[in-house]
This record gives sequence, C-alpha cells and structure tokens, in this order.
Amino acid sequence: MSVSAALMGKPERHALATPILDNNPIGVQVLGICSALAVTTRLDKALVMAIAVTIVTAFANLAVSLVRNHTPSAIRIIVQLTIIASLVIVVDQFLKAYLFELSLELSVFIGLIITNCIVMGRAEGYAMANPPWLSFLDGIGNGLGYGLVLVLVALARELLGAGRVLNVQVLPLVQDGGWYEPNGLMLLAPSALFIVALLIWALRTWKPALQEKD
Amino acid sequence: MGAYADLFVKSLFVENMALALFLGMCSFLACSKKVETALGLGVAVVFVQLLTVPLNNLLLRYLLAEGALGWLSPAFAKVSLAFLSFIVFIGTIAAATQVVEMTVERYAPALYATLGVFLPLIAVNCVILGGSLFMQEREYTFAESVVFALGSGLGFAVAIVALAGIREKMTYSNVPGGLKGLGITFVATGLMSMAFMVFSGIQF
Repeated sequence: MSVSAALMGKPERHALATPILDNNPIGVQVLGICSALAVTTRLDKALVMAIAVTIVTAFANLAVSLVRNHTPSAIRIIVQLTIIASLVIVVDQFLKAYLFELSLELSVFIGLIITNCIVMGRAEGYAMANPPWLSFLDGIGNGLGYGLVLVLVALARELLGAGRVLNVQVLPLVQDGGWYEPNGLMLLAPSALFIVALLIWALRTWKPALQEKD
Repeated sequence: MGAYADLFVKSLFVENMALALFLGMCSFLACSKKVETALGLGVAVVFVQLLTVPLNNLLLRYLLAEGALGWLSPAFAKVSLAFLSFIVFIGTIAAATQVVEMTVERYAPALYATLGVFLPLIAVNCVILGGSLFMQEREYTFAESVVFALGSGLGFAVAIVALAGIREKMTYSNVPGGLKGLGITFVATGLMSMAFMVFSGIQF
C-alpha cells in the first residue's frame, strides 16, 4: 500500500466527508447551535468563527485520541475540557494579537467554543474510540460541516440585511440612491433562527432519511 | 437600587440568554419536549449560575486580574493572569456542578431524582460559561455579578419553560415532514425571540 493510500484510504475519506452533509453537526446532529446563530450577522465574523472551531475540533480530537487509552473514564470529561480550554486560549490569544477588531466583536463567543457541543460531542463520541489520524480528519470534517452552515446563514443575513458581502456593497441601498431597501430584521436575532429552520427544511426534504419520526 | 433593578430586568428580558443571545441552545432544544423536564433544567441552571458567576468574580479579582498577586511579593505587582480565565472558569463550573450534584443527592433525594440527568450536563451549558465570560467582559462588581447571575438564570428558565409549553401543544399539529422536530422548534423559537424584542428599551 502506498503512503497516500495509507493516509487517505476509504475510512479516512469517509471520516472527512460524511460530517459535511449526511451527518452535518448543525442540521443533523443538532450540535453547536448557539454560536451558529450569534456570530452570523456578518460573513467575515462567521468565517473566522468557522476556522477557529475547525482548528479546535481537529486538534482536540487528535489530543483526546492520543491519550484515550490512558484516560480513566471517571475523569474523562475534565481531561477533555482541559485540552479544549487550552486550545481555545491559544486561538483567543492569536486573534487578540492579529485580528484585534474582530476579536472584540466576537467577544465572548470565542471563549464559548469551549462549551460548543461540537467539540465536546466529537471528542466524547468519536475521538475516545478511534485512532488519532482518523479523529483528526473527523474534526476537520465536522468543522467544515459547521462552517458550511455558518457561511450560508451569514451570507443570507449580510446580503439581505445590509446589501453587503464581506463588507463590500453588492446591492446599492435606497438611502445611498440605489434600489435595494434593506431588511432590518435580517440583522436581528430572530432571523437567524428562521434561516437555520429553512436550511434544515431544505436539507431534510432533499434527504428524507434524515426526517424525524413522530 | 435602581441600577441593580435595571441590570436584573436587562439580563432577564432584554438580553435574554436563550432568546436574544442564543446561549445554551443545545439543551434549550433538547430538553424542551415536556414542561416538567424544562422546569427541572431551568431550576438547575439558576442554581448553578448563582453559584459560579459570583465565585468566578472573586477568583478573577483576587487571583487573575493584573496586580492581584501583589501580596505575594512586589515582583508580582504587574503580573496579569487574565488569559487563564477560560480554564479557571471552566474548572470552577465543573467543580461546582459536581458539588451541587453530590449535595442535592445527599440532602434532597426527591429533587435529585427529578434533576439527576441534567446536573452533569450543566457543566457544558453555554449559559453558565457565557455568564462568567460576560461578567469578565463587562467588569461587574461582586454585587452586580450576583444580580446578573439571578437575572440571566431566570431568563433562561422562563424561556425554556415557555418553549416546552408551546411544543406540548404542537404535538397535535400537522407539520410538514422536513420541518418535523428540529425545524419547527427553530421557527417557534424565532417567533418567541421576536416577541421578546418588545422588551428592548425598558429602563428604570
């Protein structure tokens, strides 16, 4: 077997790809909803958040998987929380150093990655039972699946709410002499819930196997 | 007193943890199928919030803030350990939940039977960690942190009980297949969140 086949064989591709659509953390596993709703008023915030969560999930999975055979099950939650909290501190200090403005706007939500259910859920549900490389890929896949939903929601909210994408004016606003009347509700809290509901509706209509039974 | 009343109403209604800030959404959606369980989780959240936010406030002030270690030796007068706050907060929360769980089990077995499952889950509830992080970001005093903990905890409890009431009624509705369960709950939460927006601007 070649090196690339050993690193990227069928189980590896499966671990990386399924969380993106078929087992999407937000749409199917119902994990990590809090931050998906709170940081999506602008696309740049959502992108930074998605990257941060992907990195933390991947490395937390890797670390948890490496120590999985030496962790007594009675204290595993504390061990996982310590690993995750340390990684989040690194990400937080990095953002404060290089993207200070954005880190102020994300405020407590970077810290809240610690309790983001995706990170805990994958560490507990996947990394505790699988080897390091697979766990790492599973972390990347779940981060990407989460990022996909985040980016879609943020794109809809920024475009319809302010006529902008990544802070560039795409739709000229009425108050600047253009034609687009911005929908202010899109920038407020409730719209995020409606957009996520529509996304889940679309995903589950496309893949009926995901629908909930009564 | 007015400032405290203002903070209480603000944290309870205007900046409702669940409906305005979307914190604790996972348990908010997962434990809101029945009013009884929702009430249990709500009470537990208020309890743990009231314990951890003031405790973290003290830890922050006397251990982590810049110069807090000055009493050890003058060399530490400029040391700030504030970057460690995440790990200290989550440690306090995990320990507090454990203590609360053991105390309740020992002295109130009936309450433990109702709350049992939810107590350990609270350690990873965003409302609890979020409460401590907001306390740090907004630099609350000790008294303010107590008021804020009570308000934000009660706000979450009110929201989750209300949603559970709606979902109980909704079991008899004919919901399209793709929206069943999670989807329609999101829509209901969105409508509740819009209703809670009428509180914005209330001041004392």
